Amino acid sequence: MLSSTADHLFWMARYVERAENTARMLDANLQSSLLPQAGAAPGEVWHTMLSLSELKDAYFARHDQVRSDRMLDFMVSDTSNLSSIYCSFRAARENARAVRGALTTELWETFNTTWLEMNQQLKEGMHQKSPGEFFEWVKFRSHLSRGVLIGTMLNDEAFRFARLGTFLERADNTARILDVNFRRQAEQDAVQISEGEQNDSLQRDYYHWASLLRSLSAFENYRKVYRHAITPDKVAELLILRGDMPRSLRACLVEVESNLSVVANKQSQETERRAGMMHAELRFGRIDDILHTGLHAYLTDFLERINDLGARISQDFLVGER
Amino acid sequence: MPVLFDEMFTADQQVRPHYQPFHNWLQQQPDNFMASKRQEADLIFRRVGITFAVYGDDAGTERLIPFDQIPRIIPADEWKTLQAGLKQRVRALNMFIHDVYHDQAIIKAGVVPPEYILGNSQYRPEMRDIKVPNDVYAHVAGVDVVRAGNPDGSGAYYVLEDNLRVPSGVSYMLENRKMMMRLFPELFVNNRIAPIAHYPDVLMDSLRAVAPVGVDDPTVVVLTPGIYNSAYFEHAFLAQQMGVELVEGKDLFVDDHTVYMKTTQGPQRVDVIYRRLDDDFLDPLAFRPDSALGVPGLMSVYREGRVTLANAIGTGVADDKAIYTFVPDMVRFYLSEEPILNNVPTWQCRKPQDLSYVLAHLPELVVKEVHGAGGYGMLVGPAATQAEIEHFRTLLKTSPDNYIAQPTLALSACPTFVASGIAPRHIDLRPFVLSGKGISVVPGGLTRVALKEGSLVVNSSQGGGTKDTWVLE
Repeated sequence: MLSSTADHLFWMARYVERAENTARMLDANLQSSLLPQAGAAPGEVWHTMLSLSELKDAYFARHDQVRSDRMLDFMVSDTSNLSSIYCSFRAARENARAVRGALTTELWETFNTTWLEMNQQLKEGMHQKSPGEFFEWVKFRSHLSRGVLIGTMLNDEAFRFARLGTFLERADNTARILDVNFRRQAEQDAVQISEGEQNDSLQRDYYHWASLLRSLSAFENYRKVYRHAITPDKVAELLILRGDMPRSLRACLVEVESNLSVVANKQSQETERRAGMMHAELRFGRIDDILHTGLHAYLTDFLERINDLGARISQDFLVGER
Repeated sequence: MPVLFDEMFTADQQVRPHYQPFHNWLQQQPDNFMASKRQEADLIFRRVGITFAVYGDDAGTERLIPFDQIPRIIPADEWKTLQAGLKQRVRALNMFIHDVYHDQAIIKAGVVPPEYILGNSQYRPEMRDIKVPNDVYAHVAGVDVVRAGNPDGSGAYYVLEDNLRVPSGVSYMLENRKMMMRLFPELFVNNRIAPIAHYPDVLMDSLRAVAPVGVDDPTVVVLTPGIYNSAYFEHAFLAQQMGVELVEGKDLFVDDHTVYMKTTQGPQRVDVIYRRLDDDFLDPLAFRPDSALGVPGLMSVYREGRVTLANAIGTGVADDKAIYTFVPDMVRFYLSEEPILNNVPTWQCRKPQDLSYVLAHLPELVVKEVHGAGGYGMLVGPAATQAEIEHFRTLLKTSPDNYIAQPTLALSACPTFVASGIAPRHIDLRPFVLSGKGISVVPGGLTRVALKEGSLVVNSSQGGGTKDTWVLE
């Protein structure tokens, strides 16, 4: 297929996934910010999120302090923040429009309707009035886009590049969400607390991890897999290494590797090899080894390699060499 | 403009026979039913994204082209004549273009003065002696036809203009029909309306038939300027319906006397390009060097006959408003037949006699730029202010060669939904004539309607709307 068409499909899918994960992240942070935080200044939650999304400079160019309502505007509806939910859905729709001939009617209409409904919702300020409901809506529009893609699109290259976009973005975003949450927790653990405060801390931990799991639709799954209490290393294992957890890093790499192999061309062998390596490491990895390395270091490395994969896919397929 | 010919009603308010079934049906529908169907149509058009970007509109907003649900109906016998006339005209036009770029017999015979062709800015010397497959230049022709009413209540069809470069509108014709079938299926059960959905198939056949010599299974593409072009929806629509790639200039490149497109599996040869780009922008090495929309080197491959462009380069020499006056002569010259379809009487301001007539009768006439399009730069005498008329008087005296004038035709009107209910509004018709493998015309065409009361301007870029066109079998 036309390289530029594949490029549009790839980014169309990436932007929808990005919108969904931004909503997930905001939802988790919103829940967290409602809880008292030991040793953390109010708004610390948002600071960490901004730096992990590499948006700190962009935010402070427009606002002088961190506040929930400003953060919501910035991350949901701000047109100058290209990673806002608004910009993501707009970009998804523009990419879809550029290749609407390559989409089934139902899929194009799904993207277009998301765009029209979002404009309506933002006009009414729904993200401020009922953020929880708004984030739900975002997630379900993403679910719908995926469902219509899988349910109606011919399983040709168009389909494959869209899938590649989805899973690359999911891997990247999930790694970032994990990093935000584990970093914050590590910072808090480093704070000296009295015995009396330890019980409070355990309770806070529970809520913190529970809200992370819920935001990744992993809470019930966690219970099914690990019947006992929620612990950070099991959360990390579920979300990084378990193949049966659809949003885990491993599940993402399974899809990236298999879709890549279907569209392989004359110059993509090295990219396939790197994807294969990442998959194999996740498939045969052990959580103890990862924790020993240090989760932050591990996830930083992962993000670099996922980024590298994305750039190589662009080069191999989407730029269209002569 | 007074309505001298109403498509649905005779002069004494009787419903014309071919409209009777529809009229009866419409009478039976409750008012709110039609209103709710209009809303339904709007919602669907918007959801499907059949929008139109209007130039000069701030923020380049996407608008729906207003769609009116009262069809324009043409009885079978009228269509038979119209169709024969259209085929004859397009056949002659293609022969004319071929002649212009080869022997120029029509100039030598003294039928068309040389300056009309050689002095025409759309004449492309690069096309001299180039062979094109099947000698077809205008593969897609949009011939604008109007019915003009006479005071005695009769009406005749006239050709208003030929569009041989990049005629558009067929996607609206097809989508309007789909919409009507969706909103009012019973109408299609109870009336025998000629189907039109096969247009993309006929187009595809035509394009494949003009593949370069020796290519058995041609790769056809649609070349678009991109998503910001006002007709982008149509480009994407036709590409999808034909099952071919929609490409922009940047997706193509020329190497080794061949045009290739960039695919995920490497370069793929392209054989036929249905290009929705003006000549000027097609190749920065041959035409406008600042064009980022074209393909460097395309013209050289074209000249070698190793890629086919539809429509061919240089068709504009046959579709400006000055050459228009010679088209009936072309039918006689190339086909030795009398034209079935007539032109509108036209004064050419480049001729001193015609100019003085026009200047003396400005308030009665429609004055148009020879190379104009989209209804812009036009004077409609009877509807103009004194200031506008004087402005045009100056323009005409300064550059008379740029203008032609025609009598203000009483365009026929068709009942249309308006704010106050149903009222007659002026319409025209653009049938699409396809050449490549023989000549075919899909029944009907795009009917455009001027939504403002009394207005004659039907172009969508200036607020016109469209209707479904029915040719009864």
